[in-house]
Formats: sequence, structure tokens, C-alpha cells
Amino acid sequence: MKGTQSMHRPQKLGPRATQAAAFAALWAAAALVLLPVAAILGVMFVRGGRAISWEMLSSAEDGLLPAIVGTVTLVALTAVIAAPLGIAAAVYLREYAPRGPLVRLIRLAIVNLAGVPSVVYGLFGLAVFVTLLGFGRCLLAGACTLALLALPLVITASEEALRQVPERLRAASFALGATRWQTVRRIVLPNALPGIITGLILSVGRAAGETAPILFTAAFIALTKPFPSSVLDPIEALPFRLYYMATEAHGITEDAKWATAAVLVGLVLTINLVAVITRARLRGARRW
Amino acid sequence: MNTGARRVREWLIERAIQAAGAMAIVFVLAIFAFLLRDALPVFRETTVRELAAGRTWLPTAEPPKLGLLPLLLGSLYVTIGALLISVPLGVACAAFISEVAPRWMRETLKPAVEVLATIPSVVFGFLGLLLVGPWLAELLDLDVPLFAGLGSLMLAFMAMPMIVSLSEDAIRAVPMTLRENSLALGATQWQTIWRVVLPAGRSGIIAAALLGMGRAIGETMTVLMVTGNAAVIPLGLQGFLRPVRTMTATIAAEMGETAYNTPHYHALFAIGLLLFIITFAANTIADVVVRRSSRTSR
Repeated sequence: MKGTQSMHRPQKLGPRATQAAAFAALWAAAALVLLPVAAILGVMFVRGGRAISWEMLSSAEDGLLPAIVGTVTLVALTAVIAAPLGIAAAVYLREYAPRGPLVRLIRLAIVNLAGVPSVVYGLFGLAVFVTLLGFGRCLLAGACTLALLALPLVITASEEALRQVPERLRAASFALGATRWQTVRRIVLPNALPGIITGLILSVGRAAGETAPILFTAAFIALTKPFPSSVLDPIEALPFRLYYMATEAHGITEDAKWATAAVLVGLVLTINLVAVITRARLRGARRW
Repeated sequence: MNTGARRVREWLIERAIQAAGAMAIVFVLAIFAFLLRDALPVFRETTVRELAAGRTWLPTAEPPKLGLLPLLLGSLYVTIGALLISVPLGVACAAFISEVAPRWMRETLKPAVEVLATIPSVVFGFLGLLLVGPWLAELLDLDVPLFAGLGSLMLAFMAMPMIVSLSEDAIRAVPMTLRENSLALGATQWQTIWRVVLPAGRSGIIAAALLGMGRAIGETMTVLMVTGNAAVIPLGLQGFLRPVRTMTATIAAEMGETAYNTPHYHALFAIGLLLFIITFAANTIADVVVRRSSRTSR
């Protein structure tokens, strides 16, 4: 496409033609960001989906059941540890903290905590939970490490949920003579709950896919004991299993690898879907 | 409950909430302290000079050779490559979403980018290892299907959601009056985006790139699986097509088999400390840049 001005200045496109070219490039950029990944994920789901069988999912010996159980347990324990800390921190930042240098510092710390590489969390978990506190390589050490990683996400999401609660509800509560804590507990938290729960599920979904933090704190490949009997037992985990199958193991079929990848992504997407549905449900029940 | 008991109870609860609030600071300091504690003994074996300039990483040799240069350059190659792909593409995508895309398209693109962010890094590594690597190796006629550029490519797509959404925030924060003034002066929509909107949002975009860098340099599983893990010093543009080994991959691959309190163990913690310092700097600078710009624009 040529603009009218390009007749007079052949080396330069007119503004209209430039715009058309630039917009085409922007469309292409958006397509490039999404389509290749969509395509390879599509390949993965097709190949993995074909290979998945009930037997493979449910067998404890050479199936994925120990890894699925391990990941679900790990993620549940992570949520139990991260939720009270994260929500309390968000309540402090949103409902109590005076504006000032301390809050500024806390926010900077949260940003930095969110940016710490996952493998560094793994090192910290190894030094503190596995070695110093003597948990050993186990479910509990892995969950503590992952909780630390999920903490900044939980705080940020909970704070956002608290922000959504209208100020007039707080004002009304104070006007009735309620204390700050009564207001938080009876008015603010119940109203913010849908958002808090959604944020918690989403953060924990992130943790479900993490491999590096549990590499030296929790994960192993079960040869003798597929399921943990206490929080001090090591566990199998889907992401670790996928890593192991893809890189180290011999005699594993391509099909089994693809199936494992598909199950892991399926699990993570399911967790996210649950979060979205929870939000819709709980929000539908409440109207301001 | 009488008022006195309630007051005590509330006081306790509120102190607990306060403590939880300060927890983030405690954790950042604790991570730093423990990395430092387990990293410092490495200087019984080696010097800062050897760590920073040593060209050989042979931690299990006798005596161990603990040169971090190949690992540092490996991380640098993979990260710079990733940013060269993801920053232009991500900013373009963000500009598209907020300025150009029709409404229905915006409503589809944003969740799609969010879904992209949920894919675990080990899955990207897996797809690079089994699908993209062999395919690219054939296309480019390479000897090995695992190389630095493959890591860059996979990381670029992993960092993309963060770069797109932060740049979009930055672009959206540009006041509408600037756009209106530009259009009223006769500029086209594209001229407005290119000369007015993007420059006005540049600090947010720079912050997005910095955070993307922190993300890319700290990414572990993907690079461990797709960059070939050869601790050699990459050279020139060809370096992108050869195997490298990053700092994160070294920790992930070796810590499992390293005995407690050996020079090797301490060297791996030293790498962790270095990674922590790099990402801390990137995040703090990004935070300062964003804060300063939001203050001036008000």
C-alpha cells in the first residue's frame, strides 16, 4: 500500500502507509507472542492425550499416581503454611499500616521476594529447613520452601482483594462503635474472601508447577515407597517426575513423557480454572 | 467477654498482624544471611580473583577449579538473547492490546497471555528438549540440538506475559489528554503511539524489561534442560548456537550430588548469592524507576 506523498518522496512512506505497515507489524507481534506457544502446547496435548490411559494414571508402580498424590499434598500443605502469613501481612499493609518508610520498605521486600530465582529458594530451603532445622529432604521442607515462594503472590492478591472492599463499609462499622479488629474480622475479611481465596489458589497453582525449589528439599523418584506416610517423608512430584523422565531416565517411552507433560499442564490449568470459577461463584453471591 | 480481656486479645492479634507484615523484610534478610553463611567459606579454597576471572569450572577436581566466568557469561548470553526477543515483541504486543486491538481481541488476548504465565518452566524445558530443539537444529543445520539460543528463545516466551502485562500497564497509565492533543495536531494514530505514548510510558517499559531480565537470569529448569550444559566460555554471535551452562543450571544440576560443607557446596552457594544480588539489584532499580515516574507524572 502506498500513500499519496510517496509519489513526491519515493524513499519515504507517507504517514498513512507507515501507519498501515506499523499496525500490520503490531498484529504480527501479537500473533507471534501467542501462536507458537499455542501450537507446541497443542502438539503436547494431542500426543500426551493419545498416550494417557487409566492404567498409567492410577498405577502406583510405574504410573503417575504417586507423583499426582505428591504434588497435590505438597500444594495443599504449601497453601496451609502460606495463607495465614500472607493474609495477615496483607491485612497489616491495607488496614493497619501507617504510610511511611516502614511500609515502603515492606513493599520493596515483597517485590524482591517475588523476584528471587526459584533455585535460590531451593538453596535457602536446603540450608534452613533440610539442614539447620533437621527436617531432612521431605514433604514439610518442600512445602515450607514453596510457601516462601508463594508468599509475595498471596500478599499481593490478598491486598488487592482487601482494596476492593468499599470504604463506606468500614466507616459504617466504625460508626457503630466497632474496633479496628472487629471491623477487619466481621466486615472486611468476609467481604474480601472471594478475592483472597482466588488469589491463594492462583499462587498455589504457580507453586504446583515449580521444580527447582523442591529439587533438593523434597522430591525423589519412588522406587520402594510410592506414598508418604508422614510430612517427614520425601515425595514424588509431577514437575520433578517430568524433569527426570525427560533427561535422566532410560527405557522410558516417548509416549509416557508426553503424557506426563500433558497431565502436569492439565493439573495446573485445572487449578487456575477452579480459581476463576470460585471467584465467579462467590462474587455472584455478594452484591454491594 | 469483658472489655479488659477483649482489649488484651485484640492487642495480641494486632501485634501478630504487625509481625506478619514485617515478615517479608525478615525473609529477604534471612535469605541473604543464609546464602552468605554458606557461601563465604568458599574463600578458604579460592580468591575473589579466581571466582570472577577463572576460566575453568571443575568443582570436583583436586584441587577444585572454581572459575565462575563461563557460567556468568553463559547466563548473560541466554538472558540477553531472551531480552532481545521478548522486549520488542512484548512491548509491541502490549501496544497492540491497549491501542490498536478491537475490543473482542483485547478480551481474548489478555487472558491468553495470563494462561501463558501459568505454564511451568519444566514444561517449557521439556518442549524445548523434545520438540523445538531438534526442529531448530535441523532447520539451522546444527550439530547439537541444545544451545544457548534455544534457551533464549524459550525464556523469551516465558518472560513474555510479565513484559506484556507490565508494559501494558505503563502504556495505559499515559494520560488520555496526551493522545488527544497529538491527534488534534493532525498526527496519525501510529505517530501518536510511536512519538507520544511509548516515550511517555518509557519508565514503565524500562521497569518491565528489568523485571523480565531478573526473571530470565533466574530461570532454572528450562535452561537446565535446553542449553546443553557445557561450561565453556561463549564467544561472538556463534556462541548463541553452541551449548552453554548458566549459573542457575549449575546449581540445579550439581547440588543434588554435592556433599555438605565441601568447597563445591560453598561454591554453589556463592553462585546462589551472586544470583540473589543480581536479581535484587534489577528488582530494586525497577521499583525505583516506576515510583519516580509515577511521582513526576502526577
